[in-house]
Amino acid sequence: MSFDERSPIYHQIAEKIKRDILNGDLGADEQVMSTNQYAAFYRINPATAAKGFHQLLDEGYLYKRRGIGMFVSPDARERLRAQRRERFFSDVVGPMVAEARAVGIPLDEIIQHLEIKNKDGGSRDPRD
Amino acid sequence: MTLGIEVSELRLRFGEVNALDGLSFRLDGGKIYGLLGRNGSGKTTLLSVLAAFRRQTGGQVRIAGAEPFENAAVMRQICLIRESGDVYESDYVRTVLRTAGELRSTWDSEYAQRLAERFNLPPRKTVQSLSRGQKSALGIVLGLASRAPVTMFDESYLGMDAPSRYAFYDELLADYTAHPRTFILSTHLIEEVASLFEEVVIIDRGRLVAHEEADVLRARGVSVTGPVDVVDTFAAGLTVLGEQRLGGTKAVTVYGTLEPEQVRAAKMAGLELGPVSLQDLFVHLTSEAGNR
Repeated sequence: MSFDERSPIYHQIAEKIKRDILNGDLGADEQVMSTNQYAAFYRINPATAAKGFHQLLDEGYLYKRRGIGMFVSPDARERLRAQRRERFFSDVVGPMVAEARAVGIPLDEIIQHLEIKNKDGGSRDPRD
Repeated sequence: MTLGIEVSELRLRFGEVNALDGLSFRLDGGKIYGLLGRNGSGKTTLLSVLAAFRRQTGGQVRIAGAEPFENAAVMRQICLIRESGDVYESDYVRTVLRTAGELRSTWDSEYAQRLAERFNLPPRKTVQSLSRGQKSALGIVLGLASRAPVTMFDESYLGMDAPSRYAFYDELLADYTAHPRTFILSTHLIEEVASLFEEVVIIDRGRLVAHEEADVLRARGVSVTGPVDVVDTFAAGLTVLGEQRLGGTKAVTVYGTLEPEQVRAAKMAGLELGPVSLQDLFVHLTSEAGNR
């Protein structure tokens, strides 16, 4: 992946790591790359990378072990999930309903579609 | 070791032309800076003054607190790689590298060797027989292996092909991490290198346009799109860098960070807000219209 030049890179780094924690690519107490490794891997300024990691330390998603490195906080995934659940209806469902209304899809049809998806196994955990 | 650079009211006049027209800024030591400007904006002149290749006609330059011009103690710690390379065309590559080692106390000849191999520089060839890309790569080797506390590359990597440029970026980051020092890279092609910069200095017509943390600049431009009158009302009082119109729709590029209430007001009014790339911001900040 490469970073988008249109928004602060440190913010994109923090978001990417949060996504990795959320989808289970980074597990609890797993060590994350050092800022220098991260900077070299993605060809970004080390100070910029450090800023992204500092944000995650400040927010408590990562913790530091002196002389060893940074690790994923045990409760990071659950906290992120709770946060995203809270925002799910306003961020995902809200715009979907607005779009459905604009193009003329009745709510019944959406519900029906979701029920079929659910039967097909759409609710499976992607990590299984 | 890291050296800070301070420039105040710097002027350089060539006859009737003010190549540098009252530049002032302060660069802390130990960071990677991008010096951005259009062709003829004064980038090369500024770097030449910093490297003590020429003397300013007004104002001051301080590197680690001292004037660099004809100051051996300061000049020794500065390395400027210009596109021309500043080496003898008839010299062999290995001679160029050996001479650099004799002239520079901070030179790392093992590292120079390794870099020369990585960039496929034939040691027994003369400089004049090298391709443009190889000449640029020779400049890169001279700059990196100098390990000078202040190392400046004046568009010196633009002649290289993409794989060599990426190799340069990798080497630059790796060596900067291992041996922190001040780097200044001048360029007008931003997209590819922007992520390497911690801070960015933008100049135009010898004047300072912006000096910011790169990430701060990335957050600073906003594009606002919507019906002409709604956009005009919203943009009144904001710094508008550029605008485009298509029928009844207008898009403006606003410089600055919008407050949360401004974002809410824009969305309520049905306006579309979008980010602006560093390259676009640079174009707007240094275009004829953006300057007046």
